[in-house]
Amino acid sequence: MAELPTLAEQATIWRRLVGARIRADWQYRTSFVLFTVSQFTAAFLDIVVIVILFSNVDRLAGWSIAEVAFLYGTATLAFALGDVFISEVELLSHHIRQGSFDRFLLRPVGPLLLLCGQEFAFRRAGKVFQAVLVLGVALTQVPVDWHAGRAAMVVAMVGVGFVIFGGIWVIASSVAFWAVEARELANTFTYGGNFVSHYPLEIFSGWLRRLVTVVPIAFVSYHPALWVLGRKDPNGAPGWFSFAGPLVAIAVVLVARVVWSSGIRHYRSTGS
Amino acid sequence: MPLIELQDVEREFVVHRREGRVRRRREVVRAVDGVSFSVQEGEIVGYIGPNGAGKSTTIKMLTGILMPTAGSVRVAGLDPQRSRTELAMRIGVVFGQRNQLWWDLPLRDSFELLRHVYRVPADDHGRRLADFVELLDLGPFMDTPVRQLSLGQKMRGEITAALLHAPSILYLDEPTIGLDVVSKSRVRDFLAQINTELGVTVILTTHDLSDVERLCSRLMVIDLGRVVYDGTVDDLKLRHGQYRTLIVDLERPNGPLAVDGAEVVRIEGPRQWLRFHRERTTAADLIAGIARITPIVDLTVEEPLIEDVIARMYSGGNGEPGRGGERLKD
Repeated sequence: MAELPTLAEQATIWRRLVGARIRADWQYRTSFVLFTVSQFTAAFLDIVVIVILFSNVDRLAGWSIAEVAFLYGTATLAFALGDVFISEVELLSHHIRQGSFDRFLLRPVGPLLLLCGQEFAFRRAGKVFQAVLVLGVALTQVPVDWHAGRAAMVVAMVGVGFVIFGGIWVIASSVAFWAVEARELANTFTYGGNFVSHYPLEIFSGWLRRLVTVVPIAFVSYHPALWVLGRKDPNGAPGWFSFAGPLVAIAVVLVARVVWSSGIRHYRSTGS
Repeated sequence: MPLIELQDVEREFVVHRREGRVRRRREVVRAVDGVSFSVQEGEIVGYIGPNGAGKSTTIKMLTGILMPTAGSVRVAGLDPQRSRTELAMRIGVVFGQRNQLWWDLPLRDSFELLRHVYRVPADDHGRRLADFVELLDLGPFMDTPVRQLSLGQKMRGEITAALLHAPSILYLDEPTIGLDVVSKSRVRDFLAQINTELGVTVILTTHDLSDVERLCSRLMVIDLGRVVYDGTVDDLKLRHGQYRTLIVDLERPNGPLAVDGAEVVRIEGPRQWLRFHRERTTAADLIAGIARITPIVDLTVEEPLIEDVIARMYSGGNGEPGRGGERLKD
């Protein structure tokens, strides 16, 4: 017998867990529907903010409303996908406190897969619809001469962004292995990072710009968007930054892996 | 080769005790303090001890959730510390107060999910499940959401969930806690049955000593992180339960009876309880002694209760259950 399940088997396990989760959520359908609708609506407030902003100024640091909407759309879609598929890893601190995390360690499957499958948040999908909508509109409005390369970049932005946000979620949530009450810390980096990624970086002050380059939110949408929109980085970041996304994503995943597994090791050696 | 083997296992926890408002004192508590034992395939072992004695900590180390601070653990030929995931296929675990079933879904769904998690072929799964459904009479509530099940029904579901991947070892942490008499005996019968028929080795922790008396071929008592007894229930009574109680109903109330080798521990009207050491005197001598003082109407001799025997073992045998001072964790 194989020691660990193959990738295909893991996919099946994940799919089953998600199915069970959705069926369980559906038992409370009113709350489920209300939550989805409220997510969708709350997400539109972001757009309202942007629209109000542009009713006062024509351009934001040289960016038109369509360009900002493009930035917002790609970043939000990536974030929303992370929110649906990965974000519930922040429940780790809850499981550790309740003692129910032990159960995940008793299964012949990786605890991260179980956690993300079991706590899958389909109810957060409202945000995905909203992001798709905004991105769709923005794509028709930005003054871009579309070709295959640029189109592929848009898809890559969403994929890379999803991986980066997911990785940050895992890293930030892993803090719970050392300090149980760390959910808010995770939110600072994820929800906070999400907000920053909506806007052109040049509107933020220098320290924040540097921070989102290190905590690599800037690689989710800003740098690749510069290339798609044919803009130069006003802060003089090298052009290849626009294409560094996949590498950054891989780096984030590797760091997340190390942090997560040392968290597990710490948990098993200290007991909680 | 034994199925489970522990050698000089120790487990320490660091606790921070609050002193005043802010200051905390760091303290090392040794929850398991040099435990060694081995379990052969097919045994049913009762693992008992007062709260905080180190029972759950031991079980956690046997499953690989927790690493020992010192000593070695082997389970089913594996090192639980290194091969946790592999070991997971060979063991089933029931934590009495923690749920492994999907709360909002019917039992049927939980079982199907676990089939995928453990990658059990569909026909094996179907066969086993059919057996368990019959043995534990799960049929009537297989399609009810778990949250609506009674405690007893839930526990039957939990045990099934822990066994569907055909583990060779089953750990149960207080499986009968909170169950009514009927559910308790049903769970016990079932455990006995899977032990004899499927050869599953069972290790259970409990506070309910009737579980142990009914089920376990072997009993281990742990106190303050050390194994203080390891043997059969009968041996335990023999070795540690030297005291019996003679209960006599006298014709009329009397002052405490003064007879050699016995001491009056309780008086209720004409009834008196006399505790005596079985090796120093016999019930017959006592009765004869009492009859010389006053006429006896009726009498009973009480065997030592296993509860009392074990309570006497905890912390130096002062007969007090538990001990002074709090302990950190179970």
